Amino acid sequence: MLAHHLSIFIKAAFIENLALSFFLGMCTFLAVSKKVSTAIGLGIAVIVVQLVTVPLNNLLYNFLLKEDALMWLGVQGIDLSFLGLICYIGVIGAMVQILEMSLDRYVPALYNALGIFLPLITVNCAILGASLFMVERDYSFIESVTFGLGSGVGWALAIMALAGIREKMKYSDVPDGLKGLGITFMVVGLMSLGFLAFSGIQL
Amino acid sequence: MKKIKEVIFEPLFNNNPIALQILGICSALAVTTKMDKAIVMCLAVIAVTGLSNFFVSLIRTYIPSSIRIIVQMTIIASLVIVTDQILKAFVYDVAKEMSVFIGLIITNCIVMGRTEGYAMKNSPVMSFFDGIGNGVGYSLVLIFVALFRELFGSGKIMNTTILQPVNEGGWYPTNGMMLLAPSAFFLIGFFIWIIRIWKPDQVEEE
Repeated sequence: MLAHHLSIFIKAAFIENLALSFFLGMCTFLAVSKKVSTAIGLGIAVIVVQLVTVPLNNLLYNFLLKEDALMWLGVQGIDLSFLGLICYIGVIGAMVQILEMSLDRYVPALYNALGIFLPLITVNCAILGASLFMVERDYSFIESVTFGLGSGVGWALAIMALAGIREKMKYSDVPDGLKGLGITFMVVGLMSLGFLAFSGIQL
Repeated sequence: MKKIKEVIFEPLFNNNPIALQILGICSALAVTTKMDKAIVMCLAVIAVTGLSNFFVSLIRTYIPSSIRIIVQMTIIASLVIVTDQILKAFVYDVAKEMSVFIGLIITNCIVMGRTEGYAMKNSPVMSFFDGIGNGVGYSLVLIFVALFRELFGSGKIMNTTILQPVNEGGWYPTNGMMLLAPSAFFLIGFFIWIIRIWKPDQVEEE
């Protein structure tokens, strides 16, 4: 049981890293990785949101949207799964909003540290992507908690590493046309190549 | 008429959504291992950007600014659901292969960026063409990347063999890395480099 969850976690965080092997959340990944401190803030925010939204969407899917999911209401033969996308994005938007308000109320220090990144997370494809993968792989509720945590940690790890590299890269002499975005793509490519080393691991 | 032309062609090279605006990279790269997948993705994105711009612009004067993000999101999500259902109905195999990436058009920053940045301020017709233009600018990069990945990764274009691979009795040793994730990053990096050599005013100062 524990081993099963550990393997889901490792798989989500390293082998199938959302940022480096599925290219998810790339826009924020490239735009907000100039400084390590902001990258850490965003990374933590993503982990928290991921940990909340994936299990929540799992419940939504299993008790409302899946084929015959409305059995507990005594209704049979209804398949609402085509409404999935709009429901998940609604849940994500609402959760981010609630999280923002409750952090502001109870943990103002963390709220100030995250600042603008919290609302931005709504349109981060890594969040919606994780929910969609959860549905596609048909995880149970507990598995979805582990998967949410793992994928969040993997994404946070990737953005912190990239921010570290980009801070060092200020001192290197890059060809004019590659400055900024171009060289960042190359670096992410190399990082992704590094993460491929995990892909041989069988769990 | 001239303005429509400008709105359509501006995003191709001068203001490319991927190369310059850093928008919409997320859901795109994973679908570029093969040309047919890339083309389906491009058509879906062009349709969604064009139509969502049109509809958002149509009701732009009625949207209260405090909830505009949610309203835009709802319009975009509904359009993506329609696209998803259409693709599942007509090109089921390709749609299956692309798994979650059709759904991820919702969070594709190009769509959101254009509705927020253009459609909220301009007339429906112009917004529609702006959406089409940006969708095409995005498709350009996608097809460029897919062309190289499919040609060098498996020696084929659109499933027709161009370079006969060694394991099928030909002469071309396939480059397996082209089919893996990192190659897409390198190719986009090169694409940006080429555009910026051609148009030096896009070079970033650090």
